[in-house]
Amino acid sequence: MHTHRRYSFKNQHFVGEEGRLIPLLQQVQAEDGYLRPERLKEIHEQSGIPIAQIYGVATFYAQFRLKPVGKYLLRVCHGTACHVSGAVELSQAVEKHLGIPNGETTPDRVFSIETVSCLGCCSLAPAMMINASTFGNLSPSSAVKVVKKYQKGERS
Amino acid sequence: MTRVTVGLSTCGIAAGAEDTFAALGTKLAALEDAPELLRTGCVGMCYQEPLVEIRNGDGVRYLYGHISPDKVGRLIDEHVGKGEPVADWLVWTSGGKGTDTAYLSRQHRIVLRNCGNIDPESIDDYIKAGGYLGLQKVLEAKDPDGLVNVMIESGLRGRGGAGFLTGMKWRFTRQAPGREKYIICNADEGDPGAFMDRSVLESDPHSVIEGMIIAGHAIGADHGYIYVRAEYPKAIDRLNIAIAQCLERGFLGDGILGSTHAFHIKLKEGAGAFVCGEETALIMSIEGKRGMPRVRPPFPATKGLWEKPTSINNVETFANVPWIVMNGAKAFNSLGTQNSKGTKVFAMAGKIRHGGLVEVPMGISIREIVYDICGGIRDDRKFKAVQMGGPSGGCIPAELQETVIDYESINKTGAIMGSGGLVVMDETTCMVDVARFFLEFTQRESCGKCTFCRVGTKRMLEVLTRITEGEGKDGDLELLEDLAARVKNSSLCGLGQTAPNPVLTTLKYFRSEYEAHIANKKCPSHHCQKLLTYTITDDCSGCMLCIKACAVGAITGERKKLHVIDQSKCTVCGECYKVCNLGSVHKD
Repeated sequence: MHTHRRYSFKNQHFVGEEGRLIPLLQQVQAEDGYLRPERLKEIHEQSGIPIAQIYGVATFYAQFRLKPVGKYLLRVCHGTACHVSGAVELSQAVEKHLGIPNGETTPDRVFSIETVSCLGCCSLAPAMMINASTFGNLSPSSAVKVVKKYQKGERS
Repeated sequence: MTRVTVGLSTCGIAAGAEDTFAALGTKLAALEDAPELLRTGCVGMCYQEPLVEIRNGDGVRYLYGHISPDKVGRLIDEHVGKGEPVADWLVWTSGGKGTDTAYLSRQHRIVLRNCGNIDPESIDDYIKAGGYLGLQKVLEAKDPDGLVNVMIESGLRGRGGAGFLTGMKWRFTRQAPGREKYIICNADEGDPGAFMDRSVLESDPHSVIEGMIIAGHAIGADHGYIYVRAEYPKAIDRLNIAIAQCLERGFLGDGILGSTHAFHIKLKEGAGAFVCGEETALIMSIEGKRGMPRVRPPFPATKGLWEKPTSINNVETFANVPWIVMNGAKAFNSLGTQNSKGTKVFAMAGKIRHGGLVEVPMGISIREIVYDICGGIRDDRKFKAVQMGGPSGGCIPAELQETVIDYESINKTGAIMGSGGLVVMDETTCMVDVARFFLEFTQRESCGKCTFCRVGTKRMLEVLTRITEGEGKDGDLELLEDLAARVKNSSLCGLGQTAPNPVLTTLKYFRSEYEAHIANKKCPSHHCQKLLTYTITDDCSGCMLCIKACAVGAITGERKKLHVIDQSKCTVCGECYKVCNLGSVHKD
């Protein structure tokens, strides 16, 4: 979802150089898909912010990843509404279908699965997102169908 | 002139509204004297998405539900071509017809006044609907103190959850010494089950921006931040568009509308930490640090962002502001109860028939919202509880459905008003599992600063997990209560102080469910997988479907003969239950 969005510091901060750290990490992740150690070092060298602080911030926020993700990132919503509407079964089905547990990426680097706290489409529960597209009112089997569609697109 | 609009917010788009919009474009292009086709935000009837509204030349509005692209042809041919509304798909008309009239007619829309009526990406639409008149009014009056008084008199309380008087917050920030002050709009809507802020930002971003500029004038701040969740890309896009439009028209920038007042807004994307909804943690996050709360006082009103006086208000609070300025404090405080004025937006989700956004005057009962507005429980199941206030809130049982919506009445039940997520639960929802679900959430989202929040929630989660897996022991409930009290008392911020609420309220109202899990190793709602036993009843036709579905070979039997589940092999995955067409697999 964050890929392709460019950050302009001009639109982010009024004062405080330190405040730029999070937008900077967001930009780096948007470019590389995840936070590579070399880039964190680069930020440290250019900004003077201690590397421990950079790592601390990078590991605090759920958005930041220190591992690469697949081409398609599946975010299965585990919000309250989705939970009571069967999000756990949905996750199980998708994980089984792709053969990877939550938080992992398929060996061909095409799919990653992640559970998220709430996508804010509670009236469409259970829901999941694949990159920037949201799918709602799913069942375990219809979720797998959606994934299959992406797999088919990938093969052809 | 006839106007056709399609609701294009996240929920609409997820339901396929973009395809409908495209199909309408093609269909209308072929017409002579074609009606205008416009995009709009969310009406709030999420359960009817994709929604298409046709507004006739005479101003009468017709709202159609579930309009997939294949229905577009008939809709346009009949309604626009022949002038005959399609009764089959009509959910609401401004003339009081349609199947779902009750959903909208019982609402009182202040915050959602423009949602679904205007194009969120058009500043002209907002201005046509009376937008930025409130800002002009306060700039002409040049009386910030009077403005603060109006806000206090209106009785508007913070809609983010805690319910502090907005006007008082503004007064403290205004009176705090220092020239440089900040306004922050808290759009880090993190409560699972809440989506009203997203909807307002996607459907009517200008009302929030106008509220912020007015607040800036009231407290003497030149700068504002909107801290918005990165998970809301559509809201971010629309806010960016709206801010650019404001700069162009002179509503933002130096010397707003020819006055000496300046106001600038920057957008700050959250990086995904629930605790950043807490104001001091949010400030840390804007400052580029780990979002960890600090001790209050000093409150942000005196020492906030960059150590400067800062007023932090919620999206919904800001959306109320221009309306109050235009209509006066009286119009606002005549709605609601003694201590809770105005309206509240609720995000209705869960096992409810009509899920979506509703805005109701304070003082309405939970029953009225669930049954009269939202049509009751899905599949005619039994209403069990509503969960209010997300992970900080609690479960209010169906017996207390006459409880009125009002900060104090809700607090009395042990839940909290919160930001307005209302998740409805039916008889199939296990309350122990719900408590475990929320604890899992708060435990994961705890920033780790306070020991009891960090370790206490973890221990509580372990106990709850054990109970749902049939490993509960005598004394577990007492242990939970003891830990809950300690976590509440020993945490710095709202996250820890309220984290035990879901456990405490379910223990208070649904203790027998906990006891059944522990003593009888049974889940009364048949939800907790590890406590279920699957058996095959005598009416099994012997179709062998379950035998094929069973991954571990626990089911045996021949075709047309009764099948049997070997309990020693069964992993209680539930596949046999799902595949049986006759309902012959019994779970208990």
